[in-house]
Amino acid sequence: MNTGLTCRVIPCLDVRDGRVVKGVKFENLRDLGDPAEAAARYAEQGADEIVFLDVTASHEERDADRDWIRRTAEQVFIPLSVGGGVRRVEDAERLLRSGADKVGLNTSPIDRPELLDELARRFGSQCVVLSVDALRKPEGWEVVTHGGRRPRGLDAVEWIVEGVERGAGEILLTSIDSDGTLDGYDLELLRAVCARVDVPVIASGGAGRPEHLAAALEAGAAAVLAASIFHENTYTVGEVKAELANRGFPMREVNG
Amino acid sequence: MSKATVIDAGIGNLDNLARALRHVGAECEVTTDAETVATSRCLVLPGVGAFRPPREALRGALEDALRHALDRGAWLLGICVGYQLLFERGEEFGVTDGLGLLPGTITRLPGGVPLPHIGWNALHDERDHPLFEGVPAGSYFYFVHSFAPLAAPNGTALALTTHGARFVAVAGRDRVMGTQFHPEKSGAAGLRLLANFLGLSHAVDSGN
Repeated sequence: MNTGLTCRVIPCLDVRDGRVVKGVKFENLRDLGDPAEAAARYAEQGADEIVFLDVTASHEERDADRDWIRRTAEQVFIPLSVGGGVRRVEDAERLLRSGADKVGLNTSPIDRPELLDELARRFGSQCVVLSVDALRKPEGWEVVTHGGRRPRGLDAVEWIVEGVERGAGEILLTSIDSDGTLDGYDLELLRAVCARVDVPVIASGGAGRPEHLAAALEAGAAAVLAASIFHENTYTVGEVKAELANRGFPMREVNG
Repeated sequence: MSKATVIDAGIGNLDNLARALRHVGAECEVTTDAETVATSRCLVLPGVGAFRPPREALRGALEDALRHALDRGAWLLGICVGYQLLFERGEEFGVTDGLGLLPGTITRLPGGVPLPHIGWNALHDERDHPLFEGVPAGSYFYFVHSFAPLAAPNGTALALTTHGARFVAVAGRDRVMGTQFHPEKSGAAGLRLLANFLGLSHAVDSGN
């Protein structure tokens, strides 16, 4: 393909009450520090983008709780995506004004798909990221929410096609089966989705080693997201990108 | 302190652009006020999405103010759709006239590659221009777009990028210039480019 476009490596940070947390299925949460500091560290290592998922239990709107987004945006000058609790256009606007460049949506558009149209019309598709958690079924994948506990009776691939038609500019695709296993992404799921949509698909769930990221890019992902391997310092973002570059994937080099 | 005026044509979120300009030392104002635009020396015209809405938002008082400022020696940096508006016309959803400050037409990138073009891509064939001072050749910048100028005649192309086809990623003439990418989201290289533009617009002998 005649392009200089590079593959993106994206660390994902779960944020609860303004702190980065790490837990298995949101239990036994450990505090991993300040979101702005973590994002700045990853950006310095060469992260191409940062995805934040605000898992704060209460979604009552408290602007003070969004202060970490503003602090991040004041020192990290790469794309920042923030998801969690966006139900209305006003919620997205608040995140964007706080410093998010893109807004992630998972549960609310399942209940009210028009939200995607409204956001794309208001802010442009480039800042609408449809986040889909998919669970393997005997045939295909089902959309699930609430960390995989709630099946939604929707076919994941068909839901993503609809989401893109409505205005989602990117897809964050998480395999709930692979999530947390460190055994690699669900490549069949990735191939099934990439065959149906033209917008960038971000692979998520299962990254344990650089070869997993390579396999996802091979399967058609435009970007690969990982959490544990970076948070546990198994690899730095730079090490992963160097390994992917060695394998022939186009990577952004960071000077200095 | 360097002053920068960000023109708010009603499209998208300008806070992060303002944050980046402040980060490189600008005192930054985001405005819809024609008088403020008319009297500014350093103007930034951002934009996301389609060509026509910000074009129509500019038409009238804001455009008059912008042209007046340029006549008085102001510097102008267009970003993304703001960059596209600098050219003569755009072909998104029918032909729309641009500001005509740079020669060329905004067309859809040819197929064969995924569109929109989203992500980090490199510059090539950079011309020697003060905008690139301290920016290593072949640096990567963050792009989000489907349309671009495929050519900028009369030597106004300052750098190219390839996605399916070569397109003009940076163009400029005299005190008017722009980038198809988002310098405010392009890490150190983007910040340096913004700082260079600020420096140009505030140099003592600027415009002479």
